[in-house]
Formats: sequence, structure tokens, C-alpha cells
Amino acid sequence: MKPPAFDYSRPESLDEASGLLAEYGPDAKVLAGGQSLLPLLSMRLIAPARLVDINRLAELAYIRSGPDAVRVGALARHTAVLRDSGAREHQPLLAEALAVIAHPTIRNRGTSVGSLVHADPAAELPAVLCLLGGSVTVASAAGQRTVPAGEFFTGPLESAVQPGELAIEAAFPALPARAGAAFVEVSRRHGDYAVCGVAVLVQLDADLRISAARAGYLSVSSTPLVVDLTEAIGGRPFDADLSAAAALARQSVDPEPDIHASADYRRQLAGVLTGRALATAARRAADEVARAAGVAA
Amino acid sequence: MSQPGQDEAAHAEVRHQIALTVNGIERRAEVPARRLLSDCLRHDLGLTGTHVGCEHGVCGACTVLVDGVPMRSCLLLAVSMDGEQITTVEGLAGPDGELSPVQQGFVECHGLQCGFCTPGFLTTITAGLAENPDPTPEQARELIGGNLCRCTGYQNIVAAVLRAAEITRQQHGDRSSQS
Repeated sequence: MKPPAFDYSRPESLDEASGLLAEYGPDAKVLAGGQSLLPLLSMRLIAPARLVDINRLAELAYIRSGPDAVRVGALARHTAVLRDSGAREHQPLLAEALAVIAHPTIRNRGTSVGSLVHADPAAELPAVLCLLGGSVTVASAAGQRTVPAGEFFTGPLESAVQPGELAIEAAFPALPARAGAAFVEVSRRHGDYAVCGVAVLVQLDADLRISAARAGYLSVSSTPLVVDLTEAIGGRPFDADLSAAAALARQSVDPEPDIHASADYRRQLAGVLTGRALATAARRAADEVARAAGVAA
Repeated sequence: MSQPGQDEAAHAEVRHQIALTVNGIERRAEVPARRLLSDCLRHDLGLTGTHVGCEHGVCGACTVLVDGVPMRSCLLLAVSMDGEQITTVEGLAGPDGELSPVQQGFVECHGLQCGFCTPGFLTTITAGLAENPDPTPEQARELIGGNLCRCTGYQNIVAAVLRAAEITRQQHGDRSSQS
């Protein structure tokens, strides 16, 4: 349970980091929070020739929130994002999902962008990013590019970040007007990876009827799965029976069995959790409409 | 498991000079890049109070405070911690050996049996109470949710958290009534 030998670099600036990653290419692995990387090293599941430690790049520790999006830099720890009042105001789904990532001690070091790049199919933030239609910006010596969430997760534990590149920022779109979101998951023990989890986003029209609803699932596929539930429940009042969406969720997922849960149980959970999350999100959306009307009046 | 030092020699690994402030004292060490902070504390600095259980971030026994914030020392590279302030279980008691409120709470409430997991609990709870000095029983449970104990069944540890909070409040009360 000790990591294999590797060379180590600790750049002091983004330019220096880009230079090192360009120089070492596929031999280099980026160390941010390391809360997933260190176990992989200690269990000797990976053996990179060099680690490029970005923990000194304080310029990437930012969280910038506005009416368009919550932008999280590569060195922002989960705990910092979770506690950020601006992030909570503009996209409350983030804090709800972050609160169930492992335990506080892990969140104190782990980074949100690192969790995205790690691309674990059981992780919360990839499903949230995909549901919201966010993006990840990656930098290299050649410049920067922004990858939409839908193209970012290419397989289990695989992201679109190429050798020589560093993911520097994730953009989580803000909650739209007349919308509510919710995150629900079930795990065997508190803090464990979820057996199944779902993030949902519900938008209402002026009459408090559902105009759009979609869900992002974790732990039911090799990459985050987003399902549009509007056809099942669109046009219904926010407090109507939404069980048609749960049925659509069950049909839409095709989970794999493992030692934690059978495929059938995961499918059942996808339906039940979709129903719970939708009810919560729809109620929050209605509350938001009432709050906005109160402010206007 | 090989002893630290053996395989480095075989591969002639580069060693890095690091300086850590551990329990208020500046310490220096020369470590290969792959040295975990937990091993650096135990083997290079001789501070064996930090216990190593699972070595992959699950059990919480190795929890130390980095700048006052609890982190798993088995999930940190010593080289990456260069310049940081570390508090281990050895740094919790007063200079004259007086037990900290959390340690005193564990004694009074029988919060440990074999003691292996205890250093990780003590550091985690110390930081948790600094942030929330008056936790509910529910919050006390949440606070220790990332630490495993195979002896106590946790009931007495939860009681110890609440007792430690009480002792801390009493001490603060005593101090403010003296001033």
C-alpha cells in the first residue's frame, strides 16, 4: 500500500504547469486534491512516470458566481465550493450534491474539477455538470479549449482531457428563472459511493405547470446519463402526480449489476429517486416563483 | 511491505528537502516524492501517534490537521506539504501534558477501547468543535462519520464529543469570569 516511485514537479504558475505537461505528455499525471489519485497510486493501479502537483497554483482556487454560471477553478476544494454563498445562491444544486461526496475530511482536500476529470461513473459532480449542460475549460501550451459536459465524459474514469492538457475551470450554469433542482442518492453506508443517484431540474411556466424536466443519473451507466422527462410530465401542475416520470426513468436506464446492487434494484432506485427528486425540485420551483413574485410586488 | 529506505536505494530516487511545522515545531526531512505524509510523520519524524489503518482514505485513523483542517495523512504526499502547518495527536495536549477537552471527554466517557482509531477521532473532533462548539447528538454523529472504530460501537464516542464540547464551554466560561 505504498505508491510506486515517480518523479515530481510543483509548478508555481499556470504557464509553468502547461510547459511541464507539454514536456512530459502522456507520462505526466496531474495531482490536485489527490483524494482519488493517492488510493490509485497506493494500490498500484496506476504508475505515472511523473506527477505535476498543481497545489501551488493559487490563481486556480477561485469560485466565481453570477447570474449565468458558477465557475469553479481547478484548485477550489469541495468544502470551499460547498460553503460559497454565491455558488449556493446561483446554483443550489451544487451544494446539495457536494454535501454527499464522501466525508468532510475528504472534501477538505478533494477538488471539484478533479472529481470531474477523474470521471468516476459513481461520482456526483459529473452527473450535475451533465444535467445542467455545463462545460470544462482545459488549458495546454497551445492555448485553451472549452469542452461541453456532453462530450467531456468519454468512458468510465476517462475524460476528454488529453495528454499535455490541464482542466482549469468547470462552469455550472446557474439555476434559470422559475426553476428548482434537487439531488437524491442512496448508498449502502453514509459517505459511500451511491448505488444510484439522480439530480433533477424542473422549470415551471407562469401557471406553475411543468414546462421542462430532466434528470442526470449516476451509478447506472459508464458515463453520466441525462434523460429528458418533459414528455412524461410536461404541462402538469407542479404538485400533480409525477409517477409517469418515474416509469420513464426506469425504462431509460440500463444499469449493470455489481456486488453492491443488482441491475433490477438499481433500475427500481432510479424510478423511486426520480419521483422523490422531482417532487422536491417542483416544490422548490414553485417556492421560487412565489418568492420572485413577492420581490416584484 | 518493504521498509522505507530499502527500495529507494535500489531505484536511486530523487529525494526532496521539505520543512513542515509539526505541532508548532519546525521539522525538516528528506523524502522521496512518493512518501505519504503519514509515513513521513511516523518514520522520518518519529511521531508514531498518527496511526495508519487502511492506507487508502477509508478508515480515518491517520487524520491530521493541515492548517487546522482535518485531512487524511495517507492521502497526502509529504513533498506536497512542504511549508504547511501540521497538527498531530501529539500536539493536542497542553505543554505540561494536560489533556485537551477532547482527550478528557474520551477518558470520561470511555470513548476508546483498543485505541487504534483514537488519534484520528481526536484530531477530527478537535477541528470539528472549533468550528461548531455546541453540536447536537446528530451533528456529533455527522462529525465522526468518516472515522471507523471497530471496538466501541460509537455510542461512547458520540458521548465524548458532547462532553468535550461541554468541557470547552466550561473552560471558556471560567476564563471569561476570571477576566
